[in-house]
Amino acid sequence: MRMELIQPFINAADAVFAESLQAPTKIVDVEMDEDAYRRKGVAALILIKGDIEGRVILDLSPEVAVKVASVLAGTEMEASEQVVRETVCELANMVIGNSVTLLNDQGFHFKVFPPEVHMNEAGLAGSADTEALVICIETPCGEIFLNIAMRYLHRRAERSAVPALD
Amino acid sequence: MKQFGALLRKDNQPVRYLVVDDSVFARKNLIKMIEMFGGELAGEAGDGLTAIAEYNRIKPDIVLMDITMPQMEGIESVERIVRQHADARIVMVSSVGYQENILAALQKGAKHFVQKPVKPEVLYEILRYVLSDDPNGAGAPVALAGESRS
Repeated sequence: MRMELIQPFINAADAVFAESLQAPTKIVDVEMDEDAYRRKGVAALILIKGDIEGRVILDLSPEVAVKVASVLAGTEMEASEQVVRETVCELANMVIGNSVTLLNDQGFHFKVFPPEVHMNEAGLAGSADTEALVICIETPCGEIFLNIAMRYLHRRAERSAVPALD
Repeated sequence: MKQFGALLRKDNQPVRYLVVDDSVFARKNLIKMIEMFGGELAGEAGDGLTAIAEYNRIKPDIVLMDITMPQMEGIESVERIVRQHADARIVMVSSVGYQENILAALQKGAKHFVQKPVKPEVLYEILRYVLSDDPNGAGAPVALAGESRS
């Protein structure tokens, strides 16, 4: 696991949650996970392909999602599948967008795929060949989990051959 | 909560905004901020194509435009709007803030860029700056009433 690839995601998540929810956040648990990912709530899966490859899963319970939605919207939101889905996507987009900005400005180029939301009982397929880092972040709305598996696809010296991020 | 002086047009009317983002929450958040700045929501759109139609229909003073959206992305939408309306004032609002993206948006005619999550004080200063660029005078949204205060 290359921490220089993981750190921008952790930093971005921490900053995005604190700014969006207007309150401090805390990383309460970090662990390595070598098994297939077991979803804890509603998850957004984002794939990254290019100089570095991997995936990020943002995972939170529907109850936490509705609380986050209410803060983001500035008004009390009623629980619904659409609200939960939109919230998870919006949080994932902000975290990934900010992380990508940091990595891109360091010279990495890659494509980020739109978030895939997983809400039903079927779990997420694990990536058998990649160990992941699972981070639990405590926010005023409840716990939010990030599962990050990232690796270099090419050596950085070879990356000029890789198409630019779109 | 921080208080902001109203950003007004030169004719002392509220600045009219078109808010473009595929996320309902992002739109609500931006709408909340423009109301804090004394602005008026003229329209909303969830993708770049609708944004063009809405721009033509309502002729807003300012567009707040996301980049990554379905159907048509923000940067292409900016290009098409500016091609028809050279004086359009468009501020990009995106979580993806790397230099190539910002440069592409500015080259297509966007006036400024703000990264999500949007801080109200940052957006306020950017809007002040963009509104102060007065092309023609009468009727143009340039005048600023009041100052930001904590």
